Amino acid sequence: MEILLVIIIGLLYAAGIYMMLRRSLVKLIIGLILLGNGANLLIFLLGKIVKGEPPIIGSTEKMLGELYADPVPQALILTAIVISFGLQAFAIILIKRAYKVVKTDDLDEMNATDEDL
Amino acid sequence: MLTAVISGFIFALLIPFILGRLQSKSSLWVALLPLSLFGYFLSRISLVQQDGPIKVSYEWVPSIGINLDFYLDGLSLLFVLLISGVGTLVFVYTAAYLKGHPYLNRFYAYLSLFMASMLGLVLSDNIYTLFLFWELTSISSFFLIGFNNDSEASRKSALTALAITGFGGLFLLAAMVGLGHITDAYTISAMAPIAEMIKGHSLYGWVLLFLFLAAFTKSAQFPFHFWLPGAMKAPTPVSTYLHSATMVKAGVYLLARFTPILGNHEWWNGTLIAVGAITMVYAAVHALFRIDLKGILAYSTISALGILVFLIGLGTEEALLAASVFILVHALYKATLFLVTGIIDHETGTRDVTQLSGLRKVLLPVGIAALLAAVSNAGIPPSFGFVGKDLIYGATLGMGDLAWLFTLLAILTNVALLVAGFIAGIKPFIGKLPERYAAVHLPSPAMYVPPLILGTLGMLYGLFPGLLEAGLVQPAVSSLIGTTPDFHLQLWHGFNLILLLSVVTIGSGTGLYFLLKPSEKLLGKASRFERFSPETLITGFTVGFGLLAKGWTRFFQNGYLRYYLITILGFLSLLLGYRLFVGVELYIDTGLLSEITFYEAIVLLIMGVAIFFTVFSNSRLVAVASLGVVGYSFCLIFLFYSAPDLAMTQFSIDTLTVILFVLVLYNLPKYLKLSDNRVRIRDGLLSLIFGALISILALEVMNESVTKETTAYYAENAYILGKGKNVVNVILVDFRGFDTMVEITVLAIAAIGVFGLLKLHLRSTEKE
Amino acid sequence: MKTIIFKTASVFLLPLLLLFSVFILLRGHYLPGGGFVGGLMASTAFVIHSFANGVERTKNIVKFHPGFLMPVGLALALLAGSLPLFLGETFMTGLWMDQPVPVIGSVGTALFFDTGVYLVVIGVTLTIIFTISEGL
Repeated sequence: MEILLVIIIGLLYAAGIYMMLRRSLVKLIIGLILLGNGANLLIFLLGKIVKGEPPIIGSTEKMLGELYADPVPQALILTAIVISFGLQAFAIILIKRAYKVVKTDDLDEMNATDEDL
Repeated sequence: MLTAVISGFIFALLIPFILGRLQSKSSLWVALLPLSLFGYFLSRISLVQQDGPIKVSYEWVPSIGINLDFYLDGLSLLFVLLISGVGTLVFVYTAAYLKGHPYLNRFYAYLSLFMASMLGLVLSDNIYTLFLFWELTSISSFFLIGFNNDSEASRKSALTALAITGFGGLFLLAAMVGLGHITDAYTISAMAPIAEMIKGHSLYGWVLLFLFLAAFTKSAQFPFHFWLPGAMKAPTPVSTYLHSATMVKAGVYLLARFTPILGNHEWWNGTLIAVGAITMVYAAVHALFRIDLKGILAYSTISALGILVFLIGLGTEEALLAASVFILVHALYKATLFLVTGIIDHETGTRDVTQLSGLRKVLLPVGIAALLAAVSNAGIPPSFGFVGKDLIYGATLGMGDLAWLFTLLAILTNVALLVAGFIAGIKPFIGKLPERYAAVHLPSPAMYVPPLILGTLGMLYGLFPGLLEAGLVQPAVSSLIGTTPDFHLQLWHGFNLILLLSVVTIGSGTGLYFLLKPSEKLLGKASRFERFSPETLITGFTVGFGLLAKGWTRFFQNGYLRYYLITILGFLSLLLGYRLFVGVELYIDTGLLSEITFYEAIVLLIMGVAIFFTVFSNSRLVAVASLGVVGYSFCLIFLFYSAPDLAMTQFSIDTLTVILFVLVLYNLPKYLKLSDNRVRIRDGLLSLIFGALISILALEVMNESVTKETTAYYAENAYILGKGKNVVNVILVDFRGFDTMVEITVLAIAAIGVFGLLKLHLRSTEKE
Repeated sequence: MKTIIFKTASVFLLPLLLLFSVFILLRGHYLPGGGFVGGLMASTAFVIHSFANGVERTKNIVKFHPGFLMPVGLALALLAGSLPLFLGETFMTGLWMDQPVPVIGSVGTALFFDTGVYLVVIGVTLTIIFTISEGL
């Protein structure tokens, strides 16, 4: 199963980067989201995947049993998901605003380095 | 002594405010600072004479050997007196020269800063503070040279000067670090006793090279001399102070200071003699063809600095004595000539020698000062210059086999310098006064008294050289050679070879002066040499370097996000790929893997298809919907693998993201096909390679056993310490609560950002 | 989407979902859930309502600008974190009541902290969504 997951991670990374290399702003953000998902899955996988044993202490016990899913990557990913929501929201609004001002979705036409200014 | 150095810095900080407040007509009182410093150091003369060098030390950063160690010996004394003495006169002169200038307070601040740095430099015993003060002089001189900051040429020469001297400063640091490494000592005085050890060290050559680069750039030695004529864009008091008497002599001081430590070695002597000789002859000849008064003085200053370096290179007792005296001689006459030039410029509005004549009729006291300086410069008895010139010839004649060559070079230089001095000091004052200058009137005494004082001193010391001998020259020479020297300064040595040489110099120089008429044509001819001069080479190098940097920046910082990405990812892929295929044995431990179950495989398949649609769909809506599918598949994966919290969060976030996209999407343009197929294939290949590398990396990492200490700690203590049973939640709100705190703050900032972006926009459209 | 069924349902869904989100928040310490998920749930409830009835109506229900929830939540979280300081403990040390409260379980600073997170998340999400729908 891990092999399939690893392939999906590779796909997510490849798709994310491919989208980020496009000239359209919308695609750039979609790429960013895909890349973020890939990274989340990578972290999740590296914490060793375990089926059916969530890191929740049983009602009668005082600590986790022998086999449990690693809570640390889960906490990390949860944070990452929420933060990336903030980032995405901001980025989406930024595109919208940029589009209204520059009237283009093409990154190349928004290209102004310090020298041009 | 610390107070003496610090006072200048404090003064520099305070003076803009004080002068701004006072609004007084005269700023003469500012000169009280250098005057009192001069008095203070004068009072130290007898102390140094009797008890030897004065040492003071204040701890600053003792752990790395940086302390405020000050050391006042004969050499330092000579320099501090020059700095504070000439400083006093320059301060007075400035009060009249820049009277009413809106930035006079700023000017005085820079000048005090410079003076304090210079004092610190020549008093420093610690090698690091030496460097520090050295750099401070470069920086403060940058401000002074560029004082007329509305002139483009002025800014450019300030930058050139800063670049050259700053470049040298770096080498000084290298030299000092090298010395510190060799000797394990941080003070110059501690190095003198182990001079032989330093000279035998394998790093000696490097230290020497770096030290020379520092000294040559500061003292405008060939081939770094070109910044000095450029620096003449500065107001005349600056030229007087920095470029004749003090700053440019810092390089000479450095060489003199390290003579007892690094000197008396063939590399030391050979290099200094060669560089000094080239500089003094080259610059002296160049000085002949200038028509700008300041240009003449600049080149003759370079030549004089060359003489000093040359003398230090000779390294004999006579030569070092000649150097010590010549430092003083030169400071006296050159400062005078600069101040005179400033007055001429100030009153007539020109510095072109071909235009100026007969000014004695209107500027008599100035003319007298100029004459005294020119005479001293020419070495005509009974001036102090004569004493100095005698000593120089004495030194070159004592050099054994090569005596004739050195003497010839010295004569050549002196003849050219004499002519240059006459052109600058005498020519503007003799002859017929042109009508347009008839109305020129004498400036305030604050301007013409300082050059008169300096000029008179040049004559006085010539008549009575004994005045300086015991107090100043002897201690200076003794700190150069390490023992008490035995000599007597005198004007008249009787009829001998040296006198003959002096007569030859004066005679041929005066002859040349009458033959040579400076003109534009001659200047043009001389300038032709400059085309292949070191200046053009170095300027060319600078320009080339700038172009290279620009091209480099344009190539890498081209403003196209995707090229940045391609560069970064391409490089990363190469590195990763190399490491993975060379350094890591690839294998898959199938025993560790869980089996593939049907429903999970289906979810992953759906996800793969969704990714495909996200990337290749031509409709934005399909892309966003597919993105949503990818997210929901994630939910399922999290659910399968024991992460219910993640599944819930992913679900909500995914829903909200899709909603957000849909809300905004209507206002965005349709996808355009912006890139051709070749670009797509290139990008696709790069992405696939990178994705594959990440996959391989992930596989390899899974083979490694991970330490689970942190996990185990949380697993054991979640309930005991955190009183919670959902370990993920306990980590978030308890163990790592502070991180969560920051995280929600970031979220809030993002929301405020969104709000600001849209609301501010609305308001501006409302106004329309 | 503004069908009558959806509209009617959304009116009942909103309080139900909000209640559910509070439930998720409170049980977070023992079972899957917590401030983040709870906050997102609550936001989703409002978003659904606004889809059915329009943003204006939803905003009328809330009465105040959701942006206010951000500072309130942040302050609550900070307060929960700094409460131990008054008792001589270090910042963010968990403090607990001796007796568990029925339904909720043990009440401690962590719960207040999580509530702060919950409020901030609602504030952030609603601010973003509302601003965007207004800006259209």
